[in-house]
Amino acid sequence: MADRPMIEIANVSKFYGIYKALDDVSLTIGEGEFFSLLGPSGCGKTTLLRSIAGFETPTAGEIFIDGVPSLALPPNRRPTNMVFQNYAIFPHLDVAENVAYGLKRLRLSAQDERKRVGDALDQVRLSGLGQRKAHELSGGQRQRVALARALVMRPKVLLLDEPLSALDKKLREEMQVELRTLQKAVGITFILVTHDQYEALALSDRIAVMFGGRIAQIASPKEIYQRPRTRKVADFLGGMNFLKAKVLGEQGNAVSVDAARFGAVNLDKPQGFAATNGHVTVGIRPERLRLLWDDDRAPHELAGRIENRAYFGEVTHLTVGVDGLEQPLSLVETNSFGADDLPVGAEIRLAYDPEAFVLLAEDPPVTRV
Amino acid sequence: MSLLTQRLRVLPFLPAYVALYFLFLYLPILLLPVFSFNDAATTTFPLAGFTTKWYASLAGNSVMLQAAWNSLVVGVAVSLLSTVLGICAARAITRYRFRGQRAAAGLIMAPLFLPEIIVAVSLLMIVLAMGVELSLITVILGQTVFCVPYAMSVLVSGFEGFDRSLEEASYDLGETAIGTFRRVTLPVVAPAIVSSLLVTFTISLDEFILAFFLSGTEPTLPVYIWGQLRFAAKLPGVLALGSVMLVASILMLTLAEILRRRAERRTQMAFTLP
Repeated sequence: MADRPMIEIANVSKFYGIYKALDDVSLTIGEGEFFSLLGPSGCGKTTLLRSIAGFETPTAGEIFIDGVPSLALPPNRRPTNMVFQNYAIFPHLDVAENVAYGLKRLRLSAQDERKRVGDALDQVRLSGLGQRKAHELSGGQRQRVALARALVMRPKVLLLDEPLSALDKKLREEMQVELRTLQKAVGITFILVTHDQYEALALSDRIAVMFGGRIAQIASPKEIYQRPRTRKVADFLGGMNFLKAKVLGEQGNAVSVDAARFGAVNLDKPQGFAATNGHVTVGIRPERLRLLWDDDRAPHELAGRIENRAYFGEVTHLTVGVDGLEQPLSLVETNSFGADDLPVGAEIRLAYDPEAFVLLAEDPPVTRV
Repeated sequence: MSLLTQRLRVLPFLPAYVALYFLFLYLPILLLPVFSFNDAATTTFPLAGFTTKWYASLAGNSVMLQAAWNSLVVGVAVSLLSTVLGICAARAITRYRFRGQRAAAGLIMAPLFLPEIIVAVSLLMIVLAMGVELSLITVILGQTVFCVPYAMSVLVSGFEGFDRSLEEASYDLGETAIGTFRRVTLPVVAPAIVSSLLVTFTISLDEFILAFFLSGTEPTLPVYIWGQLRFAAKLPGVLALGSVMLVASILMLTLAEILRRRAERRTQMAFTLP
C-alpha cells in the first residue's frame, strides 16, 4: 500500500429502509493504489463505489477523498471520475466529443482542449477514431472511450464499476492487461468493482472481499488467495478442500490441529479465530495437492481412489476419495503427465505440503435487516 | 426449396389475395388526386382533361382558409399539449416502478380502443352541462384525450432505453443538473419528442368526430369538408383539398417515423453492445 492515503472510508453505513446495503465499512486506499472491491452481487461493493462517486449518500459515516470530507459534495464537485458498467457513452456525440464532454466546463483554449483529448485517445489507443459515432464502436472500443473520457479530467481517483463484465472472455483478458498498464502509466488510484475473482487477483495491489454489506478481508491478492481468513472468503476466491480438524494445542499465535488423515498440522491463528467444541475448519487449495506417479515419493503422502474426473483442456479436475475423510478431495492436475487419462476408480497416491493448510475463522452471520 | 416457396405452392392464391387487398385499400385514396386534376365537376371516367383550377379555387376560398387556420391552431395546441402530457406519462412508465403502473398505462392507452363517437357524445354532454361554450378550446381538449396515447407510445419507445447512467456520467464529468438536461437528456430524447409532435399534429389534422361534436361555429378542415359534401359542385375542390392534406399527412408521418427510429437507435445503443 502506498504511503499517503487517498480515500478514507470511515464507518460508512447505507440503509435502504431497514435493509443494510453497507454495514459499518471502514477502509483506507492509498495514493496510486489499484484497489478492488470483490464480492457476489448484492454484497454492497457497487453501493460503496457509488458512494465514493457521490451517486449514493451513506446513512452514516464519512468519506474522505484526499483528506477532504466529501459526503456533502455532489458528484460533479468530487475529484473522482467513473467508468460505468455499460460505459454510458453519449450516443449523440462522436468519440472526440464524448472525451471532451467534461473539459467543456473548464473553458480551455480550443488548442489545449484538442491536445488533451488527443492525448487521452492516444493513452487508450484510440488515436484516429475521434470522429466515430458511438454506435460504430465495438465493445472494447467503447470501454476505451469511457476510460479516456474519465482520465482526460485528470481525476485523483478513477472508479471502475465492473468495466469488463460486458466483454467476451478473450477481450476481457486483453483489457485486464491494458487496465493494469494504464494504471501504472497514469499513476493515480484505481478502484475496481468486480465479482470476478481472477480479475481482482490479476489486477489489484490489494483486494477487499465483501459479503452482506461488510468487509470480510482486505489483503494483497496472494495473501487473500493463500491465507483467506474465513471459509466464505476462501470459497469465493477459488476451489478449496475444507476439513474438520481437532485442536491439539495452542501456543501464542500458532495452533496445532489434527487434520484427520493428514495428521498433525501447525497453523497460524487467523484474526477472530475461535474453536467450537475443540474443532476448527482447515482448508487446502486443490492445486496444493499433487498426484504421485509410479515410483515418486513425497514426505507427506495419502492413498485414495479417483471418483470423478473433469477435463478442462490445460488441466483436469479430479475428485479423490480417501478412506477416513468425510468429503472426497478435489485436486487440479496439469495435463502434461496424463492426468486426463486416469480412469475413474484408479487407485492413486497424492502428495501434500502441511504448510499449505490454512486455518479458517467462522464467518460472522449475515444480518442485513 | 425454402419454406416460403413451399407455402406458396400449397397456397397459390396468396399473392393474388395480397394484391387484391392492397388494391382495395389504396385505390380509392389514389383516385382522390387523380380526380382533383380532372377538368370536370363529376367523378366519373373517362377523365375530361387536366386542370389545376380546383387547386387555384382553394386559394381564394376564405371560408376554407379560415377552417385550415382553425385546424392549424388546434393541431399545434393538441400536439404540444398531448406531447407534454405524453412526456410525463412516458417518463413515469419507463423510469419508475410504482403500484398500479400497468393499470395506469392501460387507462392512458384506453381511448384508442373506445368508440370515438361515444367519447365525443359524453364529452359534449359534460361540456354543455358545465355551461362551457363550444369553441376551438373544447376541440383541443377533446382531441388531446385522444392524442395522449399516441404521444405516449411514440415517446415510450424513445425513452425506454434511456439509460440513467448517461445522466450520471454527465454529473460525474462535472456538469450541473441543468447542464446535463441541456447537453444530454434533451438531445438524446429530442427525436422522439419531435416525432410525437408530428404524429399528434397529423392525427388532430384528420380528426373529424370530436371536432364535429365540439367545434361549435368554428369548423376545422375535416368538419368544413363534411359540410361541402352536400354540394355536388364543390366536390372537386374538396378532392383537391383532400389531396393536399393526404400529401401533408404522409410527409409528416414519414418524418415522424424516421425520427422515432433514430431516437430508438440512440437510446438503445447506449445499452446493447455489438
